[in-house]
Amino acid sequence: MDYKTVLTVCPYCGCGCGMYLEVMDGKVTGTLPSMNHPISEGSLCIKGWNAHEPVHSPKRLTKPLVKKDGKLTEASWDEAIGKVASELTRVRDQYGPNSVAVLTSAKCTNEENYLMMKLTRAVIGTNNIDHCARL
Amino acid sequence: MEELKKKAKQALDEGKIDGFLGLKLEGGEVSPFFVTKDNLAELEKLTAPDGRYSLGKILTRIAVKNPGKNIGVMVRGCDERAIIELVKASQLGTVKVEQYGVACNAKTAEKCNCPQPFPSHIDFGEKAPGVEHIELLTRLEGLTPEARLDYWLGQFSKCIKCYGCRNICPVCYCKECTLEDKNLVPGGIVPPATPVFHFIKAMHMADRCIDCGLCEETCPSNIPLRTIYRHMRKAMHDLFEYVPGRAAEDKSPLGALEEGGRLVH
Repeated sequence: MDYKTVLTVCPYCGCGCGMYLEVMDGKVTGTLPSMNHPISEGSLCIKGWNAHEPVHSPKRLTKPLVKKDGKLTEASWDEAIGKVASELTRVRDQYGPNSVAVLTSAKCTNEENYLMMKLTRAVIGTNNIDHCARL
Repeated sequence: MEELKKKAKQALDEGKIDGFLGLKLEGGEVSPFFVTKDNLAELEKLTAPDGRYSLGKILTRIAVKNPGKNIGVMVRGCDERAIIELVKASQLGTVKVEQYGVACNAKTAEKCNCPQPFPSHIDFGEKAPGVEHIELLTRLEGLTPEARLDYWLGQFSKCIKCYGCRNICPVCYCKECTLEDKNLVPGGIVPPATPVFHFIKAMHMADRCIDCGLCEETCPSNIPLRTIYRHMRKAMHDLFEYVPGRAAEDKSPLGALEEGGRLVH
């Protein structure tokens, strides 16, 4: 017999709407808008209202998947990141830096987006960087 | 508020209630919270703030998981009316509800445009006078049907189909919602099918809407939803003298048959 609400920020776009996740007996069961939040003033969009749904979904990915022989196979983080790095290096070396583009996220922090920009411009060597809000 | 805290604490201590649902103010944010014997100290945060939530709706979720328990709830006028409707619709199961009445102050009553900002029994607060701004309703009722439809089609075109009005509504409890019926409301289109989407909700609200105004408060597009539902409430009153949320004994005329000129349930 346990019900509580946890104040958080909507995980989707960059607006930063305030919301509460409802937790019942240890499971996230619902979302409520924060009614006097200075940004969202009690409103949410359909994504925010359903933000709790993926939390306990059995379909949720918990391990990285790497394609092997045309099939997605569970892999370790080291293996997955190693694969991404080696493939990006191969594509860049073979077709030039402008063959790579990077799409970051509006929900990341400024600092994360700054680092992504550094990686794209200084390491990969292209100006092809944008964020999801301009998709 | 201290007295209400004491009353709730005593009831929890004595086992009169197994849990207490109320509102708290923490870090400038108002939220619902639930206190049992395990987190009794939390009760200190109980407050009657400006912000509101559908405590009745949260109560239905707690009730499903905890049959047979006694639950205390802090109720404002609107919460009490919602609970009356939820009891009528058997949404609280075998849970026994103990109500702790809180009267809203004049500022909250004005903000909520609330005609009855107090419950029948008050444990905290002074009765503030009711407020009823119906200028928009009066203006719209004076228009021709065509002009009125034009007005609403314009309003509904702003809808982003967030389902917020349904989600926050204390008396929207159906497991299967007509608003998600793909035959009536085709998916993937914003604004949703107009005016069907909003008028389905309005028809379903006719004998249920307790005029809390949370739908309008949460609407990201500022659609004056409450004006439609108030019109429906008025129609129910004029036709059947039925007011949702007034008394648990009242039966909805929409669930009745007419026999020999009178309604039979």
